[in-house]
Amino acid sequence: MSLTVGVLSIQGDVQENVLSAKSAIDELGLDGNVVDVRTPEEISQLDGLIIPGGESTTIGHLSLVNGSQKVMKEKIQSGMPVLGICAGMIMLSNTAKDRIVGKTDQPLLDILDIKLERNSFGRQKESFESNISMDSINIPKFNGVFIRAPSVSDVGSDVEVLSKFNERIVAVKKGNVIGTAFHPELTKDTALHKYFINLVNTSKN
Amino acid sequence: MLPLSGERLDAKGIVSDKINSIDTLRGSSTVKRGFAHMLKNGVVMDVTNVEQAQIAEEAGAVSVMVLDKLPSEVRKAGGVARTASIRIIEEIMDSVTIPVMAKCRIGHVNEALVLQETDVDMIDESEVLTPADELRHIWKWDFTTPVVNGARSLAEALRRIEEGASMIRTKGEPGTGNVAEAIKHIKKVNDELRTIKSIYDSGDNQELVRMAREFKVSYDIVEQTAKLGRLPVVNFAAGGIATPADAAYLMSLGCDGIFVGSGIFNSDDAKERARAIVLATTFWNESDKVKEAQKMIDERQSMIGLDVNTLELRMQDRGGSA
Repeated sequence: MSLTVGVLSIQGDVQENVLSAKSAIDELGLDGNVVDVRTPEEISQLDGLIIPGGESTTIGHLSLVNGSQKVMKEKIQSGMPVLGICAGMIMLSNTAKDRIVGKTDQPLLDILDIKLERNSFGRQKESFESNISMDSINIPKFNGVFIRAPSVSDVGSDVEVLSKFNERIVAVKKGNVIGTAFHPELTKDTALHKYFINLVNTSKN
Repeated sequence: MLPLSGERLDAKGIVSDKINSIDTLRGSSTVKRGFAHMLKNGVVMDVTNVEQAQIAEEAGAVSVMVLDKLPSEVRKAGGVARTASIRIIEEIMDSVTIPVMAKCRIGHVNEALVLQETDVDMIDESEVLTPADELRHIWKWDFTTPVVNGARSLAEALRRIEEGASMIRTKGEPGTGNVAEAIKHIKKVNDELRTIKSIYDSGDNQELVRMAREFKVSYDIVEQTAKLGRLPVVNFAAGGIATPADAAYLMSLGCDGIFVGSGIFNSDDAKERARAIVLATTFWNESDKVKEAQKMIDERQSMIGLDVNTLELRMQDRGGSA
């Protein structure tokens, strides 16, 4: 059956995720298409969703405006696989605290029970790329691109840690939900997008 | 996947560090241009103090740009416009979670270094301030902090990218509340992109070489851009945007996002207008949403616009020959 994967197109790195997800589907030899989505109607048609990097406050506020936040939450809770990248992982969390400013009251999806710190590695000058590993999902080496990235200091008992960088948690998984602090769409390596597409495929069939 | 590549391996801005014996790389093109990617489809707002920065953040701005005076006030004040007070930039950095940018004068390497040291997230080498060097822009490959530059044409944009700019914005005519020049510049860049793409597709390399000479840039960057059919970095619109409909129109012309300078905090309904411009930028292709945004503002509260033909100071011409 043909897969329909959406990239939330409110703000941020949408096009790059569309391209990465398309490459992943091609490389896996699956039948499917990738679309950018924004309205509740578009989101309700999806088999899987990527919430891209961008500004989490902006994505949060504006996905409330058109009602897409509510549909996303319902779909994810009913089992649709979702990949939240950077701002997307912040959106999936239940609380977000900024390293400098402290607690924020931005709108969140409240899906992942994680203790998350925004801008955890510092400002843009401290943004970096480095090799990381996600051994439990068979990605031993991956170029992690961290841009004003968040990190996770603690996870609830139902959340699996996929990767750590310098003792800080930078990728998590809970069932159908994956969150990463780094940007797989900014590299040519489609390993993580392929893992996600496989998850979508398994969940659909 | 990042189609927007381009790297100078000898760039001084690239820093190799070890964090607890793990190798890391900062200031690479991926990291610097990647930052600009995260702003796409968003609005960057000019602010002069903490209060305005917080209004911008609450309105859904993706970043704020700190200035000493808004461009329209720079116009009125005359004299020399320089970078903002570092104390104010730091206060703003401590009070909002979104990225903070600041402007430095064209060619003023040390003003830019001060901003890098201050840890702003992006530096705007901007014609809104008085240029420090009329002949040269900053060699931006030496910076770990990404730099955005203004451009009025493809040639100017490519010259700035060759100098290491991680992002481009159209110049428009800042501080006028008149969107005509921003529209002119984005259309010109688009036209020129179409031209070089069709030359590339036809396989006429000799003509591409001629274009590169005309643009005063290398053949490589012209070829790479022609192949992509777009600028190899994120491209925003700026200069004179004052209403939600202005923002939506520029988005429809294919730019990646919007800078708003004087248009918000020189209006009498700044809070509403900031929210409305964000709304119109996000939902630019849904006319009911743009109408809703336009309805949030009152034209009688808009900043007074200026006719660009009668201006004493044309900011867009600053640094334009370099």
